[in-house]
Amino acid sequence: MLTLRDVHAHYGKSHVLHGVSIEIRAGEVVGLLGRNGVGKTTTLKAVMGLVRRTGGQIVFDGQDLAAVPTHQLAALGIAWVPEERRIFRLLTVLENLRTGLDRPGLAPARREELLERVFARFPILRERRHQAGGTLSGGEQQMLAIARAMVLEPKIILLDEPTEGLMPRMVSQIREIVHALHRDGVAILLVEQNVPLTLEAADRVYIMEKGVVRHHGQAADLRANPAAIHEYLGV
Amino acid sequence: MDQLIVQTLHGLVTGMVLAMVASGLTLIFGIMDVVNFAHGDLMMLGAFTGATVLGVTGSFWLALLAAAIAIAVLGVLLQITTLRPLIGRDPLTTILATFGISLVIQKYALWQWGPSVRRITEPVPGHFTLFHLEYPWYRVATALLAGVIIAALWLFLKYGKYGIWIRATTQDRVMAQAMGIPVPLVHTAVFAIGSAMAAASGVLFGPFAGVTQTMGFDFTLRAFIVVVVGGMGNLGGSILASIFVSLVEAYAAIVVSPAQAVIVSFVVLVLTMLFRPTGLFVPTPK
Amino acid sequence: MTPRARYWAGFAAVLVVLVLAPLVLPPFWQRFVTEILIWGLLAMSSDILIGYTGMVSFGHSAFFGLGMYGAAAALLMVKPPSLGLAVLYGLVGAGAIAVFVAYFATRLRDIYFAISTLVFSQIFYVIIFTWTEVTGGENGLTFSQPPLAIPGLWSARFTPVTFHWFVLAVVTAAYLVIRRVTQSPFGMVLQSIRENEPRTRAIGYHVERYKIIAVMLSGLVAGLAGVLYAIQNKFAAPDFVFFVVSGEVVIFNVMGGMGTLVGPFAGAAFFLLMREALSRFLTEYYLIPLGIVFVVMVIFLPQGLLGFARRALNR
Repeated sequence: MLTLRDVHAHYGKSHVLHGVSIEIRAGEVVGLLGRNGVGKTTTLKAVMGLVRRTGGQIVFDGQDLAAVPTHQLAALGIAWVPEERRIFRLLTVLENLRTGLDRPGLAPARREELLERVFARFPILRERRHQAGGTLSGGEQQMLAIARAMVLEPKIILLDEPTEGLMPRMVSQIREIVHALHRDGVAILLVEQNVPLTLEAADRVYIMEKGVVRHHGQAADLRANPAAIHEYLGV
Repeated sequence: MDQLIVQTLHGLVTGMVLAMVASGLTLIFGIMDVVNFAHGDLMMLGAFTGATVLGVTGSFWLALLAAAIAIAVLGVLLQITTLRPLIGRDPLTTILATFGISLVIQKYALWQWGPSVRRITEPVPGHFTLFHLEYPWYRVATALLAGVIIAALWLFLKYGKYGIWIRATTQDRVMAQAMGIPVPLVHTAVFAIGSAMAAASGVLFGPFAGVTQTMGFDFTLRAFIVVVVGGMGNLGGSILASIFVSLVEAYAAIVVSPAQAVIVSFVVLVLTMLFRPTGLFVPTPK
Repeated sequence: MTPRARYWAGFAAVLVVLVLAPLVLPPFWQRFVTEILIWGLLAMSSDILIGYTGMVSFGHSAFFGLGMYGAAAALLMVKPPSLGLAVLYGLVGAGAIAVFVAYFATRLRDIYFAISTLVFSQIFYVIIFTWTEVTGGENGLTFSQPPLAIPGLWSARFTPVTFHWFVLAVVTAAYLVIRRVTQSPFGMVLQSIRENEPRTRAIGYHVERYKIIAVMLSGLVAGLAGVLYAIQNKFAAPDFVFFVVSGEVVIFNVMGGMGTLVGPFAGAAFFLLMREALSRFLTEYYLIPLGIVFVVMVIFLPQGLLGFARRALNR
């Protein structure tokens, strides 16, 4: 469904991605592991058109994303939950969700349904729905960021380090959300530092180093034989 | 004492007109980092357009509407042709580009309408007596109308569907795009809104002092001052700042000549930039 | 020929043309070329800030104006009128303002700095316009042209031709000095500030000090231009302190090429020649097509006419 073929990217003069090739099929959870600074987030940004692509191809559902501006990706079915969450701090929880719910072509009944669904999964958001996004705790903001992506009814969610800086209890919640989304048939490209969680949640895993993919395998295999993990992540 | 009250009235009324001009400017800056040098000139064009329509139709309200729409369209054209290509470049290039546009607009107005002052007749006739002065009703009406328009803008931003788009884009352009908000369209729409408000304030201000090519520059300058003092991108702040600056200038005009009173506004600007650069009416950032 | 030699050859050629120009041109064009040199000098002073340090200033009309009025003061207050004194007063006047602006340059960045320079030039405009007793207000001041003199030794009145050569000498000297400065380590730091100010600061440079010196230098050269203009035209008027002059200076910079030092001269020449040509047909509306050309250049040719040669010109 989403294919990156030999993708190169630059930040200014700095060559950050040196030919990344990744594939995510419909409904799959794919993990992207690697140390800090290897280009995991940049890979997601390349898909989102937020970084200058200087080579290779990104194809989604048969469509080359090179000519698609960032603001049209949501309609295609790609949602992004960035590393810093990027909640609209001055908008309320409800307004944050509305940035996704107010999209053209969505019937009011369906909107209500999506909102209810999201509130059911994240009751704390219902409670805080009139509160400004910036007043939420880190964990609550993460939930809001994921909820915001969910109301786009995406085919794939690019999930960037959702457990970073969260308490263990929250981390479990994230794990459950990833499972729930998987059950609902949403594909997930999961960038994470938390290796055990990734190996448990994902079907397949890519490991990156210095702007390229160095290893690729079934999560089950890596769970059984963690040699590659040790080699590239030193964990 | 009565001078003080009269000047207070002057300050409040001019402040409301300035607030209309400044709110457009601060919205535009807040959402796309563009310092629109030509903003006051859009106001001036609006005033001239309004004067022409008034001359043809005899209706002030039609003139107001026509001017707002015409200048909004012009604003859209300008934004698409000259400002969109500059996205991502050094923000100072937009100052240069809008400066160039300002020059062209001023000379065009001179060419189209000639050097003599145009008159816009007062929409609301009559005066009331304030001490020994005859104060025109329409000025009060102008202030009220400006207030209504600004309030409408505020409500639209807070509760309207597209208001959320605008606010989201202002806060985080990238994330707004990721959420599917058509940011380029939002930019153009905001520029149109800002232009329309500038044009409308031009028509409203027309009866005060007549319409001339250079009226725009004075307002551009003051609008810059207000936007900085009120906090760039802060709508509420720019409204408060407009009234504040206009009042200060009005009071200063009691002591010095009106031409020199503008220096007081400049001083306010400079002090704000030095000591509270995020704006006087903005809570200190943490 | 090495690039260096090529550069100096070109420089010498241009110089020769400028020296010979007043001898072959009719009076109107003689003055015109001299004016181009003076405006070019003003634009070059602005290039120090905008092209090398990355600070856009809309306030050069203030420096220019103070230079003009400073010279006027010297020529009106001290008899017999002395050229040297006019230059001195003008530079002191411009320098004083430069100190003021320099202070703000260090505290404000980018847009805020640009706006504050705009505000300053307007403040000075208002002061000069309304302080009629001292500055002559709207009408300005008129005075007579001082002779070129070495006190006690020799004195000669200027003719348009000799004045042109005088201006050419001053401008050339200023250009060479500034060029030396921009190519020095100091100049390199300025350019580094333009490219990436936070990094320059992080490396350890006192960015503030460099900015202050840059502003002072820019202001003094601009003031010098004002002095020359005052002497050429024998009057000082508030129009030249109005913001539009600052705006035109920035236009010269953009059109000619920022960061080249000679670009501003090309830009001034281009603009003034176009103005001359267009106003024959369009009178005062020349600014409509010229303004459009400017905007188009900002978008499509931001490096200006000579920008492509920027590297070569800075060798």
